[in-house]
Amino acid sequence: MDYLHDLHSFLPGIIVAIAGLTVIMLDAFKKSIAISYSVAVFGLGIAALFAIQSLFGDSGTAFSGMIVYGGTGAFGTVIVLLGALFCVIISKDYLEDLDLHNGEVYAMVLFSVTGMLGLALSNDLITLFISLETMSICLYVLAGLMKNEKIGAEAALKYFLLGAFSTGFLLYGIALIYGATGHTNLVEIAGAAEPTLLFFAGSALLLVGIFFKIAAVPFHMWAPDVYQGTPTTLTAFMATAAKSATFVAFILVLTRMLPDSEAGDWTNVIQVVAVITMIVGNLIALAQNNVKRMLAYSSIAHAGYLMVGLAAGTAAGYSGVLYYLFAYTLMNVGAFGVIAYYERNHGLDFTEIDSYAGLGFKMPVMGVMLSVFLFSLAGIPPLVGFVGKYYVFAAAVQAGLIPLAIIGVLASAASVYYYLRVMVYLYFKEAHKEYTLKQPSFLFKTTLILLAVLTVYYGIEPVLPTSGLIELIHSYYAL
Amino acid sequence: MEFLLNLTIYFPLLGVLAFLFLKGDNAVKWTSLVVTSITFLLSLPLLFNFDVAGSATPQFVTEGSPILSGLDIKYLVGLDGLSLLLFMLTTLFGPIVILASWNSVKKSLVGYYSMLLILQTASLGVFASLDLVVFYVFFELSLIPMYFLIGIWGGSDKVRATIKFFIYTLVGSLIMLVALIYLGYNAGAATGVYQFTADWRFISSPEYTIGLVEQTWLFLAFALAFCIKVPLFPFHTWLPYAHTEAPTAGSVVLAAIMLKLGTYGLIRVCMTAFPNAFMEFAPWMATLAVIGIIYGALVAMVQKDVKKLVAYSSVSHLGFVVLGIFAFNTIAVQGAIIQMINHGLSTGALFLIVGMIYDRRHTRMIADFGGIAKKMPVFAVMFMIATLASIGLPGLNGFIGEFFILNGSFFSELYANKAYAVIAALGVILAAVYMLWMYQRVMFGPITNKENEKLIDLNGREIGLLVPLVIFMVWIGIRPVDFTKYSEEWVDTYITLSEEKSITVIENTSKEDIPNWTARFYNIDENQSEYRLAHQGK
Repeated sequence: MDYLHDLHSFLPGIIVAIAGLTVIMLDAFKKSIAISYSVAVFGLGIAALFAIQSLFGDSGTAFSGMIVYGGTGAFGTVIVLLGALFCVIISKDYLEDLDLHNGEVYAMVLFSVTGMLGLALSNDLITLFISLETMSICLYVLAGLMKNEKIGAEAALKYFLLGAFSTGFLLYGIALIYGATGHTNLVEIAGAAEPTLLFFAGSALLLVGIFFKIAAVPFHMWAPDVYQGTPTTLTAFMATAAKSATFVAFILVLTRMLPDSEAGDWTNVIQVVAVITMIVGNLIALAQNNVKRMLAYSSIAHAGYLMVGLAAGTAAGYSGVLYYLFAYTLMNVGAFGVIAYYERNHGLDFTEIDSYAGLGFKMPVMGVMLSVFLFSLAGIPPLVGFVGKYYVFAAAVQAGLIPLAIIGVLASAASVYYYLRVMVYLYFKEAHKEYTLKQPSFLFKTTLILLAVLTVYYGIEPVLPTSGLIELIHSYYAL
Repeated sequence: MEFLLNLTIYFPLLGVLAFLFLKGDNAVKWTSLVVTSITFLLSLPLLFNFDVAGSATPQFVTEGSPILSGLDIKYLVGLDGLSLLLFMLTTLFGPIVILASWNSVKKSLVGYYSMLLILQTASLGVFASLDLVVFYVFFELSLIPMYFLIGIWGGSDKVRATIKFFIYTLVGSLIMLVALIYLGYNAGAATGVYQFTADWRFISSPEYTIGLVEQTWLFLAFALAFCIKVPLFPFHTWLPYAHTEAPTAGSVVLAAIMLKLGTYGLIRVCMTAFPNAFMEFAPWMATLAVIGIIYGALVAMVQKDVKKLVAYSSVSHLGFVVLGIFAFNTIAVQGAIIQMINHGLSTGALFLIVGMIYDRRHTRMIADFGGIAKKMPVFAVMFMIATLASIGLPGLNGFIGEFFILNGSFFSELYANKAYAVIAALGVILAAVYMLWMYQRVMFGPITNKENEKLIDLNGREIGLLVPLVIFMVWIGIRPVDFTKYSEEWVDTYITLSEEKSITVIENTSKEDIPNWTARFYNIDENQSEYRLAHQGK
């Protein structure tokens, strides 16, 4: 019976893994991309349903304490699956146009989602490491999909080399922590941790590995090139699902592994990294002329805001981070989706901001939606991005980190400039030449509209009588 | 009535939804007009059912439940003496700005009217919300439509103008957000029930006081955001720019309603929540206000563009409002509130008039005009009334506001110096100089420019949208009490409350507990009873 219980606790992951295997077998024996695509969509969809169900279930550990289900992890699972599902749905048209629409793409996405789910539920450094590698190796492949383009090759190589390097840090950190405490289980490590040099060094290296994956400054160098060189809808996948999974693992490490004593106090480090990340990410984003690179730097900046919540180190902070990840997934997938749509019509070089001139009036629905997503990313109420930022900064203020919150809001004020700049081109500039835009497919359009509606809905949800999302998240920490 | 208030706030959004199903420019225009007119009609019962004697307590209150058990952020709207008139002003301007855009806007109408309608909801929401987080949300929401209104339908330098406007106001309000969160936790701790509360009724109540150090920082953060919005000198540089580039309707809404969000916030939050800081900073703020009055007037005098001239006159007029607010006595604050309405009416009318002449001639340069009174007699009359109202001619609304404010400032204990009122009064004279001089150059004399021979007078639509404004200008000028009565009780109550609150704070503070600079700034010495006597002996 224990065995069944274990399997049930990782059910979404198992479903996704089976879907991945099915796609790869289908691809080998029956080259039908339509079936592979449907398997991927349904696999992710069913897994998401189970994950949503697990939100309201109990929590505990399974596989002899290797994973922890329920609570933080359950919410992380939902975010990852929803992000992946949306990205896969909008990928179809885009990849077809790029002539990259193969079954392997979906197999890789599904396997990396399996890794992400493991990451979001990991209760053991070994689980964490294996999941992270499963996720990353698939992402390296996805980054190199456009192998005939210079930027595609650059992205894959850069991601792989730097990623492997950072994995080295992570693994070394795990080894040192094991050396210092004799455990790999997060909770047991917390119990056995002493403030020794060995433990500090191990934790520091582990954090470096995590900082790399979430693209925190100064470990962010790979992000812009990789984001630019990856097919846009898969960039969205990397920027949302992969980042959310890593952040959830980060929360688990902070709350479960690092003890409350002096040995586990990394608040100052996280604060400093958060400040640098917010400032550097936003300042460099100001100077970008390529929309994808701009969003890459903006996603670095968003990692900074998220770390403000982690630095607070309170229940409010962690629930703020989870909410923010949810918000970030909605609006970022949406923004990348519209960009992919424009790109689809005019080729890869169509991500230069200059080519957006006057596009807003061409296809009003797309223009309005991009504006909604960008305003939300900028944190303007009443959109979900504001609610996320509000919770994170409120947690920081409550924890007494007022300077951090002020730097955060000023950085996000600077960010408004580059988000607005896209809209300046969309609406305020005259088009250089006549573009004809293709009609988006029904599924593509519906998905984006759904994302836009959710972005608005969750922006006003906190004051609606039906509200409850933050309450749910908060209940994970109200111990 | 509670439902009616909510309906009034959100009714304009229904218009935006209706646009999804509408085809054709005329349908869009008529829908907008009908929607805003209904919004205005819906708001009238609120005015008639408002309990004037109880204007200090919010009425028609809708209260949601807190978003988390410990986090008292909730949907909370209602109207009280401070917000009622501004709320009514906003609904009044709804159909007027739609009519003003009727023929002059030709590019993507659906977008344009959606923006106007969203802006309407956002402005109504700001005035009605009593939860500061909800207030903040509406406050920020109003930026988005204005950003697009200026950016898409604006003049030649619209991009720079709109980005400057957006970033400038946003920086202020984000700092305010941090202060707001801090205030929320501080107030929450004082409730004993919540961790966080943003309920204005609690924050302004006598049970809740804030320490002097916190008050100083919170006041500065909130005041910065509001002063940028007003805009108070030296934060005004975005305003003339935004006004000149904005389309007529954008300028009207900006002047008549959005600028009021700043002065409204100063009274709503700064005065009631941070009374000690409010009182100590009053002379400083008054100095800035007086500089703004004179500076705005002098710069307006040398403008060649009528619209820019009106924009700078706004800087000058809002200086009066701020001067009145910080004078902190019943008459001056009453004056400030009625002057907000006056400025909305007269400057709104002036921008409409500039828009009308621009539609005909596609220029706003004073030098291009001259002698057009002969060609456009009705226009000349309307323009004259608006000009005189703006100057503050007795018998029209501007006089009432300025008289109250100057009178109150003259005797203000906080200013303790009659120079503020005396110098500000010079601003009234300067206003007469630049406004009348402009009027004379535009309207009188021989027609020097051939183009002006062809001008035709106002049509029915244009007269129709100016007449209500003129009626109110005269009405307020002759019977101000019909309007001031709404805020009288509110102002009395909250000035007394704030004063008592400031005394409580001082009494509960001892010199040892606070840093030296705070003690020096607030004149805290060993003997606090002296302070008390000084404030009671007026």
